[in-house]
Amino acid sequence: MREMVAGLPVPEFDDTPFVQPPALQDATVAIVTSAGLLRLGEEPWQEGDSGFRVFGRDERNLIVAHRSTNFDRSGIAADLNVAYPIDRLEEMQAEGVIGAIASRHLSFTGPIMELSTLRLDTGPAAAKLLGEEGVDVVLLTPV
Amino acid sequence: MGTLAHSFEAAGLATVGLSLVRPHIERLHPPRALHCEFPLGRPLGRPDDPAFQRRVLDAAFVLLDRPAGPVLEDFPEVIDDDTEAPLACPVPPRYDPSVPPAVDEARGLRPAWDRARAQLGRTQVGRVVDADGIPEAVAGFVRISEGTPWTEAGLPGDPAAVAMDIRSYYEEAALSLAGHVTGARAAESWLFRWTETGAVLKAARDAMAAVSPPYEHILYLIPVTQE
Repeated sequence: MREMVAGLPVPEFDDTPFVQPPALQDATVAIVTSAGLLRLGEEPWQEGDSGFRVFGRDERNLIVAHRSTNFDRSGIAADLNVAYPIDRLEEMQAEGVIGAIASRHLSFTGPIMELSTLRLDTGPAAAKLLGEEGVDVVLLTPV
Repeated sequence: MGTLAHSFEAAGLATVGLSLVRPHIERLHPPRALHCEFPLGRPLGRPDDPAFQRRVLDAAFVLLDRPAGPVLEDFPEVIDDDTEAPLACPVPPRYDPSVPPAVDEARGLRPAWDRARAQLGRTQVGRVVDADGIPEAVAGFVRISEGTPWTEAGLPGDPAAVAMDIRSYYEEAALSLAGHVTGARAAESWLFRWTETGAVLKAARDAMAAVSPPYEHILYLIPVTQE
């Protein structure tokens, strides 16, 4: 399975922007996942959907509605943290390892084969939202 | 996620990403990535293992201390999936001969699913159909497998999404029947290789493919690992 996925096309970038964050114990951290999270009853993701959904820090009753069937689902069913480690962040903040947890976290979904909207529209919009939240560090989790 | 890392970093947010497909990250060159050779769907490695998940996060966050990028490092432990080791999990005995075996089976798994729902406190079932509707959704796929066009089979929504609800129902019931968190894809392999409903989903997919429906409706019915 991994070999098949590895052959899919990905965009190429000429350079890599690189921001030096504050020390982790002073940083506000947010999670952005591509798991296609939804609340039960919400409008489903559409094929090729490049938008994002916003979730509160306290929300746990979430489903993984990513359209692909080609990854394990049982681990997430048992423990959401295996893809969306919000409880681990809570523990790290309680220990003083990270400074703060963002009040809002984001999910995109996959697969997105046409990336223009993501690069030019929804990606920057998500960054703007997180920036307004005072986020310093984004943890990105795939599925 | 590598594409988003570029967008976020360009906007002034530092990013660190977990990677599950190393060749993608090697080509995308995100600022910081920790490659985890874990099953797809489990980027933190082990469900219900907070200590392991914490080690993954610690290894990822330490990359924020690097003075320049792109940075790509590997988590030192590897976890394989259990696709070829289907869960040894009982299926309910035949109870109501008046309904197709797959429908009978789905009904019979309800107590196990209820226990899982109570234990987990949440469910992944409900994208299109909830647990009450699972047997009838299975019946819809039975009708497709027997030749009814999928548009006339009474499915409550997009076939792939309905099939995913059925899969989640079975996998959550399997968690309860097994009594522990299973290896990645072990419950999936149990569903598709050992259950009546798994066979029905495969037969329905074949029937749909034979009449050329829109591609996306059959693309995600059956995992590639179960072909």
